[in-house]
Order: sequence, then structure tokens, then C-alpha cells
Amino acid sequence: MVPLSYYLLLSGILFVCGVLGFLIKRNIITIFMSIELMLNGVNLSFVAFAAHWHALSGQVFVFFVMVVAAAEAAVGLAIIIAVYRTRETLNVDQVNLLKL
Amino acid sequence: MTPNPYLWLVPILPLAGAAINGFFGRRSSKKAVSTVALVFCGAAFVMALWLAAGFSSESAPYYFDLAHWIRSGNFQVDFSFYLDQLSLVMLLVVTGVGFLIHIYSVGYMWDDDGYYRFMAYLNLFMFFMLTLVLAKNYLVMFIGWEGVGLASYLLIGFWFTKDSAAAAGKKAFIVNRIGDFGFLIALFLMIKHFGSLDFTVVFAAVRSLPTETAGAGLLTAIGLLLMVGAAGKSAQIPLYVWLPDAMEGPTPVSALIHAATMVTAGVYMVARSSVIFDHAPMAMMVVAIIGTLTALFAATIGIAQTDIKKVLAYSTVSQLGYMFMACGVGAFSAGIFHLMTHAFFKGLLFLAAGSVIHGIGGEQDMRKMGGLRVYMPWTFATMGIATLAIAGIPPLAGFWSKDEILWKAFNASWVYWLIGVVTAFITSFYMFRLMYMTFGGEYRGAAGQDAHGHDDHGHGHGHGEPHESPWVMLGPLVVLAVLSVFGGWVAGYDHHFEHFLAPVFQGASGVAKEASPEAGKSTLEYLLMVVSVGVAGLGWFLAYLLYSRRPQLPARIAASLGGLYLAVANKYYIDELYAVLFVKPLIDGSTTILWHGVDQGVIDAAVNDSADAARHVSDEARHMQSGNLRSYAGWIAAGGAVVIAYMVWMGVR
Repeated sequence: MVPLSYYLLLSGILFVCGVLGFLIKRNIITIFMSIELMLNGVNLSFVAFAAHWHALSGQVFVFFVMVVAAAEAAVGLAIIIAVYRTRETLNVDQVNLLKL
Repeated sequence: MTPNPYLWLVPILPLAGAAINGFFGRRSSKKAVSTVALVFCGAAFVMALWLAAGFSSESAPYYFDLAHWIRSGNFQVDFSFYLDQLSLVMLLVVTGVGFLIHIYSVGYMWDDDGYYRFMAYLNLFMFFMLTLVLAKNYLVMFIGWEGVGLASYLLIGFWFTKDSAAAAGKKAFIVNRIGDFGFLIALFLMIKHFGSLDFTVVFAAVRSLPTETAGAGLLTAIGLLLMVGAAGKSAQIPLYVWLPDAMEGPTPVSALIHAATMVTAGVYMVARSSVIFDHAPMAMMVVAIIGTLTALFAATIGIAQTDIKKVLAYSTVSQLGYMFMACGVGAFSAGIFHLMTHAFFKGLLFLAAGSVIHGIGGEQDMRKMGGLRVYMPWTFATMGIATLAIAGIPPLAGFWSKDEILWKAFNASWVYWLIGVVTAFITSFYMFRLMYMTFGGEYRGAAGQDAHGHDDHGHGHGHGEPHESPWVMLGPLVVLAVLSVFGGWVAGYDHHFEHFLAPVFQGASGVAKEASPEAGKSTLEYLLMVVSVGVAGLGWFLAYLLYSRRPQLPARIAASLGGLYLAVANKYYIDELYAVLFVKPLIDGSTTILWHGVDQGVIDAAVNDSADAARHVSDEARHMQSGNLRSYAGWIAAGGAVVIAYMVWMGVR
């Protein structure tokens, strides 16, 4: 049996990777993937706790997160395509028309 | 004490007049304004007469509690009115002389644009003065005290477009504040030690205390502080400087407020507090000394003034000094007696002077008058009577009261008497000088174009020749002249007046009692009387010699006196001295410390600096809000990291 702390450590590493990728990367697709990474990092800690405490609610929550993430992916990718068609770039620093 | 539910109507009536004229006067006709002012003032006079009719020297005082005012623990002050023999005398003087001056004002101020305003102020003054006189406790008295100060300020500065009038109004108000400060402290002492401001309560408490003969104590302190207040209101040394300047106001104001009534409020207050002063001989002595010195000092200044109203102003200060001298030697009834006769003849003098000023188109400089007896015989006759009265020629009013004071003063100390007699001589001299310069000789004013002098109070009609005033002005003059002749004789003969006031001053068991032998006048008193009449005659003769027989002589004498004359003519440079000692340091101190230091340095700086600080901090903080989403996310991540680190650290602990 792998101890709980290992899962949590991995979950933390994944989450931090996601955060750093989100902050550092310019490409909108990469940023999008970083967000997915953060979500899944959190998912991992949920299921780890669920297994540890023998409670199903953690696993149920993960399904919710996955559903939301899927919906988000659909909408997000649609937006990305729309942006690319109008601006012909995926660099977020150049998508700044709303900025003052 | 007898309750009398009509007492409060006396002051309220003029207030109603003031309110009506003040609110509606602008749109009313002058006739309507005059009617309102005269009717309400006259009604107060009739009320006073009605009250007086049922009052004798044996009567118990009337009182009336109108409403509660202050209730705080055991301490309470009510709006209460009180009428005893002393208030009655004041009441009759104030309403009577006041009513006459109201009538006179109708003629004098008719052509002024601010006519309704003037009448409203006059009525307002009457209200406050009657409140002062009829008060049952010191606090209600203080309302009246402050109120007459306000009315005085408004009326001195009546022609407020003139700088000197506005400045004189302010000066009067500020100098009076200094006196009021003393009065207030005296009231606080009374509250602290007697727990009440009611006359009867305070005086009963004072009577139970021993007389402070050995050293100065509480009562001496209260007495001296009250005297500070009285000195401010009644223009005594060192606070007399406002009264001569107050002559910037219209002449009826000078007559009513600055001669007959308001300035005597200090004398009334001291007489009212006779019980306190009686238990504090040292305070009494200070009152007597201040009064005596003021009488002499102001009289000497009066010699060299050329403005007709200024002469009368210094004369007023001097006569008030007499009254304080009387109070100081314990002759309170003599002081009040002189107050009454003075109200008659000094009111008359001012009104007559106003008639002169009116008749020659606003000129106040006596050097440009002369020969006016031909043009205005009635003014000349009435003013002549007043002059005889103030000089103390028997049997006119001033003789009786002044002689009474001098006799009482002699019983206290011959020094007071001597200074009093010298003052009487000077008084006689400058008053007859005024008469000769104004009415004697030839008319020295240029007819026509020069007629509008420095008192340009809107008498628009052209003045070719000096002319007599209308009857609405002469009527009051004649009535006051009659009072100046008989007023003193009726009241002074056989000590009527003193007996009438005796119940009020019963507690004052001082010099007055010992010095009033019931068995008529002694040889000594007759001798002193002859002396004082003699010096009055001498003053008259000297004035006749210098200003009628040899008009060139005064200039030569003035030249030979040199510096002394200059000092007197410039009022001993007291105004300049005060300017250097008090006014300039005050202005400089206010500018550097209060304005530049406290106001700009602390208050403004606190506001401005906190605003500056807020802007600097915001300037720094606004860089955080760049609009760059990634930096926001970075801040959120950093914040989250900090929270987690904190939680972990706490968990470890």
C-alpha cells in the first residue's frame, strides 16, 4: 500500500506545475492545458483521500470536476478557435484589445 | 413677595414691535413702521406707569416665573422677573426716556434708507434693557446684558458702509466682551459657592457670611469681577475707550444707549449687588477709586474735544464715574438718583446735539458752528437747561443728585470729595464751552456746499441755512427739559428718593446708613453745597471769559501749554497705548502663531498632508492593478502559497 503522503506530494507537484505553466506560458493552448493539469492534480488528492478514508464522496466530486472540465474544454477550445480565426495568433499578450 | 402675572409683558411688548418691524418693515410704509415702534414702546411705558402706580416704598417686590430654563440637580435657573423699588426706578427711566427718544427718532431718522431697521433695533434694545432691569436672577440679567451689547453693536454700526462706524461697533463689542468675561466668572463663583443665581437666594447666603474686613476673600473676588463687568458696560477705566468711538452711531442711539440707559446698566448691577459689595469693603473701595478717577480723567479729556458728540461722550463717562463713586462709598441710592437725573439731562443734551447736527446738515465740529441760538431757539433753550442741570446749578436736577453724591463722598473721605468738586468745575467749564461754541457768537459754518460733513446720514435735502428741527424732535426735548428741571427737585427734596429705595438697600448697612442723618441737613453739608455750586459758577464764568469775551485766548493758552494740551486733545494717547500694548501684540500673535502656526501649520497641514500621503500610497498601489491577467494570477498564487505555508507552519507547531 502506497502511503497517502506520496499521492498528496504528487498531487501538489502536478498542481504547482499547472500554476507555473499558467503563469509562464504565452500560448493559449498551453495555458489551457496547465489549467487541466491543476484540475487533475486536485482530482488526484480527492481520490487519494477517498481511498484513504473509504469515503465515496471524494470520488463523486472528481466526477463532477471531470464533467465541468470537459464542458470547459469544449467551450474553451471553441473560444480559442474563434480567437485564432480573428487574430491569427495564439499569443495571449497580443490578445489585449480589452485592456485599457 | 407678590406674584404679578403681568410683569413679563413689559419686556415682551418691545420685542413684538422689533419682530414686526424686523420681518415686515421693509415692505411697510414709514408711517406703519413708526406706529408699530411707538405703540409697542409706549405700551411698555404705560405698563411701567401702571405698575408704578400700585407701588410704594413699603411694597413687597413683585415677581413672576415665566418658565423653567435650566434644571440640573439642585441647581436651577428660571425665566423669572422681579420688580422692586430699584427695578421700578430703572424701569421708568428706561421706558420713559426710551419712549421719548423713539418719538425723536421718527423725526431724526425719517430720511434714512434703513428707517425700519433702525426702529426695529431700537425696540430690540428696549426688550433686552427691560430684561436686564427686570431679571430675578443673574443669568436672566446676563441675557439682557449681552442683548443690549448686541443692540449697541448693531446701532453703532448702523451706517455700516462707513468704515469708522463698523470699526467702532466692533470695538464696542470686543471691549464689552472683556468686561463680560469678568461678569461670567463672578457668576461661576456664585454657582459654585451659593448653588444659585437667584438674587434673593444669593443675597441671603451673602448676608449670612461675615464681612471681609480683614482680608480679601470670596465676596471680594465676586465684587471685583462684577466690577470688571460693570466697567466694561459702563465705560469706566480701563475699559472706557469704546464709548467715545460709539458716537459713530446715529445721535438718538447715543442718547438712548450710550448716555441714558445701557451704559448705566453697570451702575444698576453694582447697586443690585449692593449686599455683596457691602460685605466686601475692599471691592467697594476699588469701585470708588475707579469711579473717582474715571470722573476726573474723562472730564479733562472733554475740555479739548471739538466734536460736539465726543464732548458729550466724555461727559457721560465722567458722570458714570460719579455714579460709581457714589456706589463705592456705599451711597447706592445717591448713585441711582444721579443715574436717573443723568438720564434726563444727558439724554436731553444728546438729543439737542442731534437737533443741532440735523439743523446744520450733519456737521459735528463745534468750530464750524456758532450763533445757532438765533436759528434754533428751542434747541438752544432746552440744551441750556440741560447744561445748567449737568453743571449742578440749583435747583435743577443735576444739582440735587451731584450734591448728594459729593456729600456722601465727603463722609467717606475728603479725597473723593475734592476730586469730585474739581470734576464738577471741569464739567461746568466744558459744558458751557460747548454752549458758547455752538450757540454763541457768529455762525462759522459755510452755508451750502460744505454742509455735508463727516456725518453723512442721508439727510439728503440741501442745507442753505441752519434751521430749527421739526416738532416731533422738539417735543421730546421739551419734556426732557421739564424733567431736567423738576426731576431732581421732586425726588431729591427731603431725601424722598433715598427713602423710596431704602427697602432695597436695607442689607447694605455701610457708610450710606451712617451718613444719612434723618435730622435734615447740617451746616457742613450746606457749606459743601455752596462750594460745589461755587465751582460750577466759576467754570461757567471761565468758559464765558474764554469762549465768549475773548475767543482768541483759548488758542493762545493751548499754544503755551504745548505738550500738555496736545496730550489732552489726543485723549492722553490711551487708544494708541492700547494699540501698542494689546491690539498689535494680539494681531501679530494671531498672525504668526494662530494663523501661520496653528491654522496653516497644524490644521491645514493635517488635512493636506493626509491627502498627500493617501495619494502617494495610492500611486504605489495602483501599479499592482496593471490589467495584466497573468500578474493577477501570480498574486493569487503567491497569496495562496502564503496561506498554505502559514497553515502548514501552524500545523507543525
